[in-house]
Amino acid sequence: MEKFKVLKSTAIPLPEEDVDTDQIIPARFLKATTKEGFGENLFRDWRYDSEGNPNANFVLNNEKYSGQILVAGRNFGCGSSREHAAWALADYGFRAVISSYFADIFKGNALNNGLLPVQVSDEFLKKILAEVQKKPSTPIIIDLPEQTVSLEDGSSESFEINDYKKMCMLNGYDDIDFLLSQKDKIKAFEQQHVEF
Amino acid sequence: MPKTLFEKIWDQHVVDEVEGGQEILYIDRHFIHEVTSPQAFSGIRDRGIDIFRKEKIVATADHNVPTKNQHLPIKDALSKLQVDALKQNCEDFGIELYGLGHPYQGIVHVIGPELGVTKPGMTIVCGDSHTSTHGAFGAIAFGIGTSQVEQVMATQCLLLERPKTMRITIDGELGEGIYAKDIILYIISKLGTGGGTGHFVEYAGTAIWGLSMEARMTICNMSIEMGARGGMIAPDETTFEYVKGREFAPQGKEFEEAVGYWKTLYTDDEAIFDTEYNFRAEDIEPMITYGTNPGAGIKVTGNVPTSEEVENPEGLKKSLEYMGLQEGEKLEGKKIDHVFIGSCTNSRIEDLRIVANYVKGKKKAGHVNAMIVPGSKQVQQQAQKEGIDKILADAGFELRQSGCSACLGMNEDKIPKGEYCVSTSNRNFEGRQGPGARTMLVSPLTAAAIAIEGKIVDPRKFELKKVAV
Ligand code: SF4
Repeated sequence: MEKFKVLKSTAIPLPEEDVDTDQIIPARFLKATTKEGFGENLFRDWRYDSEGNPNANFVLNNEKYSGQILVAGRNFGCGSSREHAAWALADYGFRAVISSYFADIFKGNALNNGLLPVQVSDEFLKKILAEVQKKPSTPIIIDLPEQTVSLEDGSSESFEINDYKKMCMLNGYDDIDFLLSQKDKIKAFEQQHVEF
Repeated sequence: MPKTLFEKIWDQHVVDEVEGGQEILYIDRHFIHEVTSPQAFSGIRDRGIDIFRKEKIVATADHNVPTKNQHLPIKDALSKLQVDALKQNCEDFGIELYGLGHPYQGIVHVIGPELGVTKPGMTIVCGDSHTSTHGAFGAIAFGIGTSQVEQVMATQCLLLERPKTMRITIDGELGEGIYAKDIILYIISKLGTGGGTGHFVEYAGTAIWGLSMEARMTICNMSIEMGARGGMIAPDETTFEYVKGREFAPQGKEFEEAVGYWKTLYTDDEAIFDTEYNFRAEDIEPMITYGTNPGAGIKVTGNVPTSEEVENPEGLKKSLEYMGLQEGEKLEGKKIDHVFIGSCTNSRIEDLRIVANYVKGKKKAGHVNAMIVPGSKQVQQQAQKEGIDKILADAGFELRQSGCSACLGMNEDKIPKGEYCVSTSNRNFEGRQGPGARTMLVSPLTAAAIAIEGKIVDPRKFELKKVAV
């Protein structure tokens, strides 16, 4: 996993609420057996029409916008637990998603794949979206050590992240590395655990 | 200290607490399938480690399998690759696989309970959000992502934050023709798709305790659709009766001992939940969804809401446009093109019995394409044994072979663009049943009545025979 410290990038606005993982990556693209290549089909049905032509109205096809940050409406990543949604976003090139609320499973999946979910207030989200839409070249700064998101005008908000997850993101290592180091404890637990 | 059912089971499984409030939770059973496991297996290989407790893994192929001619090679190259990869991985690592052709094959959340693998008091995970189904047995069961599948493969544990607890109590008596699906669609329509977020839900109350295991599974299954991590129901005589004698259930004296323990699994009187809701069974009617999330449920006889009646008018507009419906429109009488009966929500033998009982001696409407996909090979066999296959065929329904099928449209079972499908599955998201497909969620009985009439109807307007369950 790539380490995450401070990210300064322009952003892509997706003001939609309740973006579910079927929109992020439709089920028919889940047939791959590796983690790579999902970015191609990120938001497939919004990005392309049924003939496979790019849909000019969709923000990823709008040349005005680019960047490693996706700014999305409330309740991002709801629906199916597919981790492919996090892979698709990461594979497309996103390193962080800002929203005012994330669905639980998506949040966990994102953190496990080096994609930082940044939860801000509804008001600050509105402000970020407005800024980005007004001036697509405006940079957003996500500072993980300080746990802040700031805009060019100096406005800023802090966000929450679990201490352990933060440490993992900063060092670029994942839950499995940690759990493997706990094997002795797990074996000891099994000795006294009764399962019917 | 008094504890909730959830806390009792969770505490039994905590290996250790970690800084930052996370806990290491031991997992008793891990179900895997072809779609969310290949990357986890590669991860294990890349790390150069072995699977820690293979005997705790049960594998099946369900999401991506054809529901016709399962004995023939899979036509879709990518689907075949995934199903073959699962087979290879299970062989390489020594994992029990109930793959295509195996008598135990089926949708993972249908086979676990029917084989007696799912038992009260367990922690159960699977790389699929509807793992919440298994909570019907009084287990902590929830869906995980593929990295977590890899975690469990590597260590039989997960690193988790303890969720909050919620209790939803439904007292009273259900009316005739009202099924578990109506209960859960009703609850989600009240709480919304985010109403359960961060919580593990326990369902309680006289209306819940009176339900069969199949019905309890339907309810727990859809807990995830209100954002909850999972749902559960305290085990009771109905549960013990169901588990008894199943292939992997404890037998004889061991079973008696197990029941002794399972009887301790209930919420103590004084235990406190973070959130509580109460509903009356008498208020619940046959439900249907009009929108593109499972929270968009109304009475079958009701009207689509108007912008003034909802919190998110923009969302309503967008979803109605997709669904080809108008604000305030009455759904009753609307023509339907497809009826899909299946998925881990409603494809068990009881669901098929309900449908068969209703359609016996009737014929589906000519224009309707009616498909029934049993949840497992065993369900299919049981249906044949009871003559249900014959009744369904006579009524013009096509009985397929088991799998997820049109629930997520990964195989060839897709609903064409713009057409209406009344479905017993759990998700009506845009494109879920195929690009442009318009899905309306209902109970098996409502689906059966709609298939016969060819349009949306309240099944209670027709003669209902009691189903012997
Ligand atoms: S039937 Fe549908 S919801 Fe259930 S496991 Fe299969 S795809 Fe998931």
